[in-house]
Amino acid sequence: MADTTGTATPETLAVHGEDGVRRRDFINIAAVSFAGVGAVAVVLPLVSQMAPSADVLAESSTEIDVGSIEAGQAIKAVFRKQPLFVRRLTPAEISQADKVDASSLRDPQTLAERTKEGHLDMLVTMGVCTHLGCVPLGAAEGENRGEFGGYFCPCHGSHYDTAARIRKGPAPTNLVVPDYEFTSDTVIRVG
Amino acid sequence: MSFPWARQYEPKNGLTKFLDEKLPLPRLVYGAIGAGYPVPRNLSYMWNFGVLAGFCLVLQIVTGVVLAMHYAPNALVAFGTTEHIMRDVNWGWMMRYAHANGASFFFIVVYLHIFRGFFYSSYKAPREMIWLLGVVIFLLMMATAFMGYVLPWGQMSFWGAKVITGLFGAIPIVGEPIQVWLLGGFAPDNAALNRFFSLHFLLPFVIAGVVILHIWALHIPGSSNPTGVEIKTEADTVPFHPYYTAKDGFGLGIFLLLFCTMVFFLPNYLGHPDNYIEANPLSTPAHIVPEWYFWPFYAILRAFTVDFFFVPAKLMGVLAMFAAILVWFFLPWLDKSPVRSGHYRPLFRKFFWFGLIPTMAVLFYCGGAPAEEPFVMLSQLATAYYFLHFLVILPLVSSIEKPEPLPYSITEAVLGSDKKAVLGENTTPAV
Amino acid sequence: MIRLFGILAGLFFTVAVMWSFATGAFVAATEGLGEETAEHAFHKYPKDLHLASDGVFGTFDKAQLQRGYQVYKEVCAACHSMKFVAIRDLADLGYNEAQLKAEAASWQVPGIDPSTGEATMRPGLPTDYFPSPYPNTVAAAAANNNAIPPDLSLMAKARHDGSAYVYSLLTGYQAQPAELLKEFPASKTPTGLHYNPYFPNLNLAMAPPLTANGQVTYAPGNPDPTIDQMAQDVAAFLTWTAEPTLDKRKQTGWPVLGFLLFATILAFFAKKQIWSAVKPSRKD
Repeated sequence: MADTTGTATPETLAVHGEDGVRRRDFINIAAVSFAGVGAVAVVLPLVSQMAPSADVLAESSTEIDVGSIEAGQAIKAVFRKQPLFVRRLTPAEISQADKVDASSLRDPQTLAERTKEGHLDMLVTMGVCTHLGCVPLGAAEGENRGEFGGYFCPCHGSHYDTAARIRKGPAPTNLVVPDYEFTSDTVIRVG
Repeated sequence: MSFPWARQYEPKNGLTKFLDEKLPLPRLVYGAIGAGYPVPRNLSYMWNFGVLAGFCLVLQIVTGVVLAMHYAPNALVAFGTTEHIMRDVNWGWMMRYAHANGASFFFIVVYLHIFRGFFYSSYKAPREMIWLLGVVIFLLMMATAFMGYVLPWGQMSFWGAKVITGLFGAIPIVGEPIQVWLLGGFAPDNAALNRFFSLHFLLPFVIAGVVILHIWALHIPGSSNPTGVEIKTEADTVPFHPYYTAKDGFGLGIFLLLFCTMVFFLPNYLGHPDNYIEANPLSTPAHIVPEWYFWPFYAILRAFTVDFFFVPAKLMGVLAMFAAILVWFFLPWLDKSPVRSGHYRPLFRKFFWFGLIPTMAVLFYCGGAPAEEPFVMLSQLATAYYFLHFLVILPLVSSIEKPEPLPYSITEAVLGSDKKAVLGENTTPAV
Repeated sequence: MIRLFGILAGLFFTVAVMWSFATGAFVAATEGLGEETAEHAFHKYPKDLHLASDGVFGTFDKAQLQRGYQVYKEVCAACHSMKFVAIRDLADLGYNEAQLKAEAASWQVPGIDPSTGEATMRPGLPTDYFPSPYPNTVAAAAANNNAIPPDLSLMAKARHDGSAYVYSLLTGYQAQPAELLKEFPASKTPTGLHYNPYFPNLNLAMAPPLTANGQVTYAPGNPDPTIDQMAQDVAAFLTWTAEPTLDKRKQTGWPVLGFLLFATILAFFAKKQIWSAVKPSRKD
C-alpha cells in the first residue's frame, strides 16, 4: 500500500550507499561479527553441560570376587551402570571355542586374546549386545544360550559362542571385554 | 501497520518468496522488529528496557531448561542436586549463577521499564492494553520467581514457601483450607516442591505468550516517546532496523557487562546466605526476607501491624500488598491529564521525583530490613504515600495542573524550532 | 467514577496504615523502642581475614588448602559432616591419583557386606563422599547435648562473610565479659554452652575445637600450627569446599568481560555511525 521508494530519504541513502564496503560500514560488520562470535561461544557450555558430569566420569572401578564361580556357571555384576558377565568355562567349552578358525569369524579373535594369561577359563565381558544394547541371555541358570552355547540376545536374534564371539545374527562385533586385571587369584578389578 | 509510510517486506529470492507465500514469518519479523516498523526518532535510552526484558526472558528460559536437566524436585535430593549442578555438571555453576542473577537482572530491567512508563504516562490512551498486559506479565514474573526460589530447597526457600502461602491463610474462613490445598500438605514438602517445579517450568512460556500479545498491542499505536506527542509525519520516525537494533545492541552490551560482572565476580551478592543451608522444617532463620525484588511489597505487607476496626492486621497487610500492584491496572483511568510526558507536567514531575521515587527507595530498604523500629514506622509512612500517590494525588494533579507548552511535533522537539505551538492544539493524540 | 472509587480506596489504605503508624508511635513514645539485648550489644562482626582466594584475581593457595584439610580431618570431622564434597574433589588441592586413593582409604565409609548384605564399614574410594560422623540427626543430637553439628560443605557461603566468620568463631572463644554480666545479669552463659561474641546469640554449644598450638602436626616446610594459623587454614579449606569452582569462575570471567567490553565499544561506534546521518544534536 505504501510507496516504498519514498523511504529513500537522503538520510537513509547515506547509510545504504552503493559504493561497496566503506570504512564506516566496516564497523557495523565488525560489530555484527562480534555478536555472532559471542553467540557461538555461548553454545559451547550449553552443549558441554550435557556431557557426563564429574561424578559420572569418576564412577569407581568394580572389584569382583570370582573365586566362587564354578565351571559352567556365570555371574552378573555391574560396571558403569551396565551388566558385566563373568563366566568360568568348562574344558569342553574351551575346546569348543578353540576349535573354531578365528580368521573365519565376523570379528576374528581367539579365546586367548579375550582372556588373561593363565586364566583361560575366566571369560569377562560386558553383558551388552553389540547390536543395539540389549542384555543377552545365558548368564543365569537355565537361560537360552543360543545355537553356539554362549549367549543369545532375544531382541534381534544374535548368537554368541562360548568365547562370547558373534556367530550368527545382526550384531557386528563380539561382546566387549572391558579393561580389567586380576588383583589376586580370585579377585578381578574392572575399570 | 498503522503508518502509511511503513516499509513493506519484499522477498528477494526464490526461497524467501516461497516462505512468504506459505508462512510469512519473515514478513512478521520485518514488520515487528525490522525495517518495517516506524519508531519515533527521539527515543531515549529509557526505551531500551523492553528489548532487554525480552532478552532476559530468553536467558532465563535457556538456562532454566539446562538446569532442569540436572535438577530433581524431590525434598530428599533437591538441595543435593543443586549442589551437584554447582560442583559436578560441566559449566553447571555458570548456568545456575546466570539463572539466579538473571532473575534479579530481569526484575531490574522490568522495574526500570515500568517506572519509565510511570514518568512518561505510557499507560495512557491509546496504549491502555499494552499497559494492562504489562502488569499481567509482572504478576506472572513474581509468581514464577517466587516458585523458582523454592526449588533449591534451602532454608529461605522453605520458609519463603511457608510464609507466602501463609498469606492466603489471612483470607477469612476459606483461607486455611486454601493454604493447605496450595501446599498439598500442612507444611511445604514434596507435594509443594513438585507443583512449584511444574509451574515454574510452565509459567515462563505463559509469560512468553503474553509478551507476544504485549508487542502485538504495541504495534497498533506504535511506541510512545519522551515528548508524549504522537507521530505526525514520516519525518518523526525512523525504521526500527537498523536504528533501534543498533541502539539496543549497544544497550545489550552494557547490560551483559554488568550481568557478567555479577555472575563471575559477585555471584552470591544478591542472594541470601541462609539459602545455602538445607531446608529444616524445625528451625526458622533469625531474619527471613524474600528476594530483593519483592522488598517493596513485603514492606507494605508488614506495615499493617494493628487491626483496623473489624479487619485483622494480617488480612489488611495481604489486601494492601495485592492492592499495591492491582492499582497499576487502573492507572490509565486514574490519571486523566491530557499531557503524557512528565517533562511537560511541572506538578506531576515534582510528585514523581520527590514523592514516588523516594517512597520506593524507602520501601525497598525497609522490606529488606528486620521488622524493627525505625524501619516499621518508615515503611508505614512510605506505604501511606504509595497509596496516596497512585489513588489520590494522581487523579487530583491531573485536574489542577497546568501543563507546560508541548512541542508541535517530535521532529520539532529534536531539531528545535522557534514556533512553540499553543497548548490545546497538540494535546489530543494525532493518530 | 473510577477516580472516585480510587480516591476512596486510597484513603482507606492510607488511614489504615496510619492507624498502625499512630499505634506504633504511641507505644514507642510511652514505652521506648524495645529493650537493648545482650546479643545486640555484644555481638561482633567477623574479624578481617585475608585469603589467597580473595579479590577478583585471587586463586586458592593449594598448600594452605591441604593444611586446612588436615585440620578438618583431624579436628572438625569428629563431629561435622561434609556430605556434598567427594574425596575425589581433593584432586583440586594438588593430590595425585595414588595419593587420592591412599587418602580415600584412610576414611571409613558405610558399605554393604557382599556376602551377607549387612551394613558394614569399608575403606573409602575416591568416588565416595566424605562420611558423616553420625548415622542420622537423632544420633548427632544425642551425642551433642541436642545441638546438631551443622554440615560444613557450604559453611563459608551459608554465613555472612563466611570465611572470616569461620576463622573468627574458631579463635573467638573467651570468658564472658564482666560488663555483659553487669548490664544483662540474665544473659549468663548457661552451663554446657561456650561464650563466643562472633556467634549470633553469643552462646555456642560447640566446645573450643582448637585448644593448643601444635594440636595438628603440619608437614615440614609449612608455617607453625598455631591456633590462629590452623583457624585460617581451615577457613581457607571451607572456602574451597563451599565453592570449588571459584578459580575457574574468575578465570572464565576475565576473558568474557574483555570480549564484552570490546564488543560493546564496537556496538557503540556502530550505533553512532548509523545514527550520524539521521539525528543532528538536539538544540534545547
